[in-house]
Amino acid sequence: MGAALLSLIGTLVATYLYLFKLGLIPGLACGTGGCGTVQASPWATFAGLPVALIGVVGYLACLGLALIGLQQEGERRHWSDALLLGGSAVGVLFTGWLTYAEAVLIDAWCRWCIGSAVIISLLCLCALLGWRSLRPAP
Amino acid sequence: MHTIDGQRGLGMKKFYYLLVVVGVVGAGVIGWQVMSTKTVSIPANVTVTAADTAGFHGYMIGSDTAPVTIVEYADFQCPACQDFDAVQWPEVYEQLVATGKVRWVYKDWPIDGAHRYARLAMHAAACADDQGRFWPMKARIYAYQTQWAFGGGQLGKFRDYAREIGGDVGQWNSCMESAKHAGRIQASYEEGVRLGVQSTPSFLIGGRLYLGVQGSDQLRHTVDSLIAARPRAGGPPRAETR
Repeated sequence: MGAALLSLIGTLVATYLYLFKLGLIPGLACGTGGCGTVQASPWATFAGLPVALIGVVGYLACLGLALIGLQQEGERRHWSDALLLGGSAVGVLFTGWLTYAEAVLIDAWCRWCIGSAVIISLLCLCALLGWRSLRPAP
Repeated sequence: MHTIDGQRGLGMKKFYYLLVVVGVVGAGVIGWQVMSTKTVSIPANVTVTAADTAGFHGYMIGSDTAPVTIVEYADFQCPACQDFDAVQWPEVYEQLVATGKVRWVYKDWPIDGAHRYARLAMHAAACADDQGRFWPMKARIYAYQTQWAFGGGQLGKFRDYAREIGGDVGQWNSCMESAKHAGRIQASYEEGVRLGVQSTPSFLIGGRLYLGVQGSDQLRHTVDSLIAARPRAGGPPRAETR
């Protein structure tokens, strides 16, 4: 349940950042100005795609997997939880790289990006706990 | 067993309701932000009134008693102006303005056809000037020219710069929405046209117009020549001796 809720919140945060990137939202609430610097930096795109858009797609995939997991039982749920754990772990690594870029390469902090980093970390933790609880006993 | 399943089903139902509520509220807040975004446009070809230029003679820096005044006509979206600001201006400031030789006056000269965000940038700087922050805003707008000259969200980017230089963002927003400095920008443009400005940057030095980027050495040479040619107080110009 926690994973689904976190995925939904993450989707909303990533969508907010993506709309800001598109210029549909002129300024972010509670921003420090760092989000504009981060979004305009070369690290705001990955493989030609805006990082915020990758976040929207990633969080939606996690939301889908979390909802599927809630509908499943036994072995099937074990697989959906394993996929969610793998996906969120990739998300943590990706976000870790972006946070490193903010700290060292861009030298600007975006509060919403840090919020997303916290969300994906908690999501990964939830997925790990869910996966471990369903792991067959040895 | 049946009861436990029933309770679980009820709990899941409540959870799905919670998800829907969070999703709808979140989407609503984001949608509201998008819909309530006020568009700001700075009109060109406005009729200039006396009030637009009352007490304003350009953005000035340097000593009031400096022997030479240089007026720069520039466009924030012009790459040559950005180049001048990044490469020449620090030396010009150090060698001519800070030494008291030159009083520098910066004036807007938007090239509307080619630079669609120039007036918005100029107005952003004018609103920063209302808070005594023109020069740091000018530096930031030029430094980040490649960020805002393309793509979208220019107003948000300028707002970020205003925040980063320590400005009052609420006051800056109100200033931008009012477009109150549109006439001042237009007045500077028309003044430049009358003087013969055709491109940016252009410099008015000692009554003569210099078109295009001037190097700091060139400017120093021109300024030193003008200072040397000035009549000295208390008598006729001193004869040159070798």
